[in-house]
Amino acid sequence: MEQVFGRPKALSEKRLHYCPGCTHGIIHRLVAEAIDDLGIQDKTIGVAPVGCAVLAYDYFNLDFQQAAHGRAPAVATGIKRVLPDRFVFTYQGDGDLASIGMAEIVHAAARGEKITVIFINNAIYGMTGGQMAPTSLPGQKTTTSPYGRDINTVGYPIRVAEMLTTLDGPAYISRVSVHDPKHINKAKEAIRKAFEVQIQGLGFSLVEVLSTCPTNWGLSPREALKWLEENMIPYYPLGVFKSPEEVSKVGA
Amino acid sequence: MAKVIFDSERCKGCELCVSVCPRGIIRMSNTLNSQGYHSAEVVEQDKCISCAFCARICPDTVIEVYRETKGKVS
Amino acid sequence: MAERVMMKGNEAVAEGAIRAGCRYFFGYPITPQNEVPEYMSRRLPKIGGVFIQAESEVSAINMVYGAGGAGGRAMTSSSSPGISLKQEGISYIATAEVPCVIVNMARGGPGLGGLTPSQSDYFQAVKGGGHGDYHLIVLAPWSVQEMVDLVGLAFDLADKYRNPAMILGDAILGQMMEPVTFKSEPIDPKDLPAKPWATVGLSGERKPNLINSLGLLPEHLESINLRLQEKYKKIAENEVRFEGTDVDDADLVVVAYGTTSRVAKSAIDQARKDGKKVGLFRPITLWPFPTKQIQELAAAGKRFLVVEMSAGQMVEDVRLAVNGEASVEFFGKLNGAIPTVEEVYREIMSRF
Repeated sequence: MEQVFGRPKALSEKRLHYCPGCTHGIIHRLVAEAIDDLGIQDKTIGVAPVGCAVLAYDYFNLDFQQAAHGRAPAVATGIKRVLPDRFVFTYQGDGDLASIGMAEIVHAAARGEKITVIFINNAIYGMTGGQMAPTSLPGQKTTTSPYGRDINTVGYPIRVAEMLTTLDGPAYISRVSVHDPKHINKAKEAIRKAFEVQIQGLGFSLVEVLSTCPTNWGLSPREALKWLEENMIPYYPLGVFKSPEEVSKVGA
Repeated sequence: MAKVIFDSERCKGCELCVSVCPRGIIRMSNTLNSQGYHSAEVVEQDKCISCAFCARICPDTVIEVYRETKGKVS
Repeated sequence: MAERVMMKGNEAVAEGAIRAGCRYFFGYPITPQNEVPEYMSRRLPKIGGVFIQAESEVSAINMVYGAGGAGGRAMTSSSSPGISLKQEGISYIATAEVPCVIVNMARGGPGLGGLTPSQSDYFQAVKGGGHGDYHLIVLAPWSVQEMVDLVGLAFDLADKYRNPAMILGDAILGQMMEPVTFKSEPIDPKDLPAKPWATVGLSGERKPNLINSLGLLPEHLESINLRLQEKYKKIAENEVRFEGTDVDDADLVVVAYGTTSRVAKSAIDQARKDGKKVGLFRPITLWPFPTKQIQELAAAGKRFLVVEMSAGQMVEDVRLAVNGEASVEFFGKLNGAIPTVEEVYREIMSRF
């Protein structure tokens, strides 16, 4: 018997605290698999956010820094500038990255900071109990938009991948989803590519991963995957928004 | 021999694996694990095709997947 | 060999930092400290260092957090309103025990305040500043020379105790020019002691290093706080610095730091000529505060006059030290102007 699937080395054995069916766990594993594939576990430093993934440092066999809410790209910048030959990534949710940390992510991207950002978009604040996020969909009910997100009073969701693509600093930006095994494979490819961009020193890389929050969406884990596919993907189209030629070759 | 092994203590019973198994052989056990969840299991191991869809979608790294190597051309 | 040059306080603190092995500077423009980032932007790229003009003070301090956590000697500088913005990051840095240096060339507040010198950031500097029970090591230079000397000390103490250290200057100390002597050879960062706790990538068999300030479980949070308090006790026991002038025979001791202590010194010299027994006590470390030394002076029967460019902040620590054993009076300026020698002299003379 040969093993076709097991725990990646860069992922620790600690049990995840996430709710049943929350796709954070899948994305953690994909990041660890990419790090294993590229053989960079001893050269990688992670930066954890504030939000559900605040304890991300417990789940990786990697050196880690825990950042204040939204500040992970600034912290990663500091690490990367001291250790330019290491690989630095942030793992941030939508409240962290697209609300309180919007300045930090935009400027890290604009500087072409050679870091990799794993951006988890599940259209809601998970940790604090299901409040409206900058990425909550029009009409989406949350604990602070109990009548549904009203675009006339609170405006529109932010498409982070597209917005950052308008900048010259980023080298690689894509949006992926983890709602079925096929898309999970694609998400892994994207994450690996984002790390390769950093390894080659090509610039800033970001993968926006559409993710679920069954608990705060009020759906079963299986229903949540379906909701993501039917509601989030139409608003947040999947694809590669920016990719340097050098990396396209590597990934081909 | 088992092709798919579930670490039932890690399972949170989310059933995502059940939803993606092409052979429909994953079911939720009747017993509770120490976390209080009905964990996923496969009884009919011989029907497993080692596609690892279940393991890929499992958020809790519960599942290890193996494949027969016997008779395989190396 | 000692070099003697004329320098502005802002440039001296920058050059002093570089000579102390600082290679990472993250800042954001704010008057009256702009010569610090400008100097760093000229010098650091030439010596293999990094200068980043961050998008905000908030980002700058978080870059310091990352760089310090990765083992580099990192610094940021700002002035009062900008330091307020950095407080979140400083609280994280103090809790995660990341060494770094923060320079505050204080200006008048509150709010947007003014651009002229002030000492109204004393509370913010010595009482923590942000949320939670923590302390910075706070050093208060009174000359351009001390900008150089104390910034070097700040880096050494920061590394020694894994604690953020602050240089608390003001607009006048940053802007004025004085001769400076660089007493020691510049430090090559490569020669600094290793930081085995830094996040540099897993090597060998060691467990992952973690820079963190989260303590979700009560017992974990308590252990973090107890560890910090234990460290602060050690710092308070070992690192108090101060200077006393004409204190021994004095009836009245003027307590002042930084710019005000220079003015007070001149006023005291004048009063001495008039035969008044007055001395100067100048805290150099504002935290740890020279509590014991002031206690001893109170026990010796001396009276105190505290002079500050504030509504009365350090005076509270003097009163705590004295604990009702002696009279503590206060003279403060709130208009963003330095008290004149004449004013302080009158204040002294009116107490004899």
